[in-house]
Amino acid sequence: MANVTIRNLNKKYDGGFHAVKDVNLEIRDKEFMVLVGPSGCGKTTTLRMVAGLEEITSGEILIGAEVVNDLPPMDRNIAMVFQNYALYPHKSVYQNMAFGLQMRKYPKHEIEKRVREAAEILGIESLLERKPRQLSGGQRQRVAVGRAIVRHPEVFLFDEPLSNLDAMLRVQMRVELKRLHERLETTAIYVTHDQVEAMTLGDRVVVMKDGWVQQVGEPLELYGKPLNRFVAGFIGSPAMNFVDVTVSDSSGVLWADADGLRLKVPPQLVERVRAHAGKRIAIGVRPEALHLASGSDLPEYSFDTAVDVVEPLGNEILVNFRAGGAPMVARVDPAVRLKARQNIRVALDPERVHFFDDKSGAAI
Amino acid sequence: MLIERKWKKWLYFYLPMAVFILFTLFPFYWMAVTALRPDHELYRTWRQASATPFWTLEPTLEHFRGLLQTTAFPKWLWNTMLIALVSTVISLICGMFAGYALARLKFRGSEFLGTAIFVTYLVPQTLLFIPLADIIRDLHLGNTPWALMLTYPTFLIPFCTWLLMGYFKTIPKELEECARIDGATRFGAMVRIIFPVAIPGILSAGIFAFTLSWNEFIYALIFMSSADLKTVPVGVVSELIRGDIFFWGQLMAGALLGSIPVALVYSFFVEYYVTGLTGSVKG
Ligand SMILES: Nc1ncnc2c1ncn2[C@@H]1O[C@H](COP(=O)(O)OP(=O)(O)O)[C@@H](O)[C@H]1O
Ligand SMILES: [Mg+2]
Repeated sequence: MANVTIRNLNKKYDGGFHAVKDVNLEIRDKEFMVLVGPSGCGKTTTLRMVAGLEEITSGEILIGAEVVNDLPPMDRNIAMVFQNYALYPHKSVYQNMAFGLQMRKYPKHEIEKRVREAAEILGIESLLERKPRQLSGGQRQRVAVGRAIVRHPEVFLFDEPLSNLDAMLRVQMRVELKRLHERLETTAIYVTHDQVEAMTLGDRVVVMKDGWVQQVGEPLELYGKPLNRFVAGFIGSPAMNFVDVTVSDSSGVLWADADGLRLKVPPQLVERVRAHAGKRIAIGVRPEALHLASGSDLPEYSFDTAVDVVEPLGNEILVNFRAGGAPMVARVDPAVRLKARQNIRVALDPERVHFFDDKSGAAI
Repeated sequence: MLIERKWKKWLYFYLPMAVFILFTLFPFYWMAVTALRPDHELYRTWRQASATPFWTLEPTLEHFRGLLQTTAFPKWLWNTMLIALVSTVISLICGMFAGYALARLKFRGSEFLGTAIFVTYLVPQTLLFIPLADIIRDLHLGNTPWALMLTYPTFLIPFCTWLLMGYFKTIPKELEECARIDGATRFGAMVRIIFPVAIPGILSAGIFAFTLSWNEFIYALIFMSSADLKTVPVGVVSELIRGDIFFWGQLMAGALLGSIPVALVYSFFVEYYVTGLTGSVKG
């Protein structure tokens, strides 16, 4: 069992491309850490450096207390599950799972015991004699995971292990991976571009963009207190609504103005927003922080608009409309019946409004 | 799929196919018929009333008997087999390692080296045999099987390297990365994972190399002089054409017997051979 420490990690590829920039992370023992970010942001590169498959340009990686920078992959006591599974096509499922143990010269009966145990956990006992090409996508996925767990490594590394599965199977395997982690209690680093996967699986989540770490935190912390506009927009589906506004100070009360929209800056944010008076900033509101206005909603947190498109999803309805010159989505009660072009009054929850600096994108 | 008219399929598929098959197989048929034809049918004019140019009415094994008894043909067959096998094995082993290195290792000049090896393959043997003859003489290898076993790899190794490099590149690199995490060294991952996965490619390279050495003519003609040490292609041509006399029956019998091993090798590995040319199977 081990924690993983990453200090000032950088990766510059041969062509000069700077893929990972000054990454600092402390992954605790038994923690499930998810790296999430759009494609090309350096997640895989980071993971491969932890695995020892990619050379480190500068910085340090520690597993436990040991600096592993110069250790070959086999000596790091890690196991990795690849996106394309990388099952050995000429070996049976059993041999695939046993290979790592054979290479480490485990006695035969111990190998047999561990493979059977892992197969049982994953429900693939009946497939042990098959070759990878005789398996479905989901079964291959299980074998790949099985091959990782038989070795009882100190750290699991996952690189988008679910992205080749269809939607149904993905949801199912997600739950199984979570259950597996709770059972095995092993440190895991999991890379995905899917924020739902990140939020459901991670004890903590790292959001990355262009090689930089944007924010590290528990899922609800990222959701509720995003440090910048990128994290706010990346986490949550449908995404947070953003409107560019100008802040004006009229005798102590701060107002955020946009085209046809005038909202009062909520009291808990007044102090911090005051510094931006007269400047442009972005206001961010999640779809669920918007609702159809009723009599009890204050006029300074409400505005009029017209329905653009309605998406009835069953358990909720997504209403698309425009406000302040930007498209917005509200998540409303499924009991409400709305039609396109209908005039509505929308209110927002002043407790759940975010402001972001126009230039840096940092939360205010 | 659209239901196509039958005649269209005949016109665009079966007919060209038939022409092609006829074109490729006719020489073999001719070879077989000639080998089985008695001498008096062979050496007479076709304008004769009873001539049957496309078949024979009196098949005979006379030429085969003559070939096996009056020439050193069995010896030639054995020489060819041995030389082809040894040079194929040497070339395959070198080609596997070189191909792997060029496909996977990043080192300075690796691309240049890859191209250079390919260019070597393009240098015609008709030029190379002159310096090679010098080397063979200096090493006192002339007129021994080693002269060919060591010179054939000069064109087989570039060929195998190039073909296998292409094949190794189609194997996902995650396979060996996974093996290295599983506890194999780079060399171990290559031998235990990449080579077994590449068997179709290795077999195709091997079949090609075997055929190339089996049919090789120039080096065999120049480096081997005693009748006993010749290979089939050289032996048949040099011993069965005396001056301007062609022993057609025995020539064709020799050609027929000489092509049987190659045909056997091909048919035995044909499945691997096809997948070998079309890339690795997805794991
Ligand atoms: N071997 C390589 N050589 C050069 N650039 C690379 C290499 N591998 C990845 N990159 C670049 O590094 C960036 C990060 O890649 P990666 O870590 O794979 O991103 P992702 O977050 O999608 O996993 C990408 O822009 C990619 O183009
Ligand atoms: Mg990736």
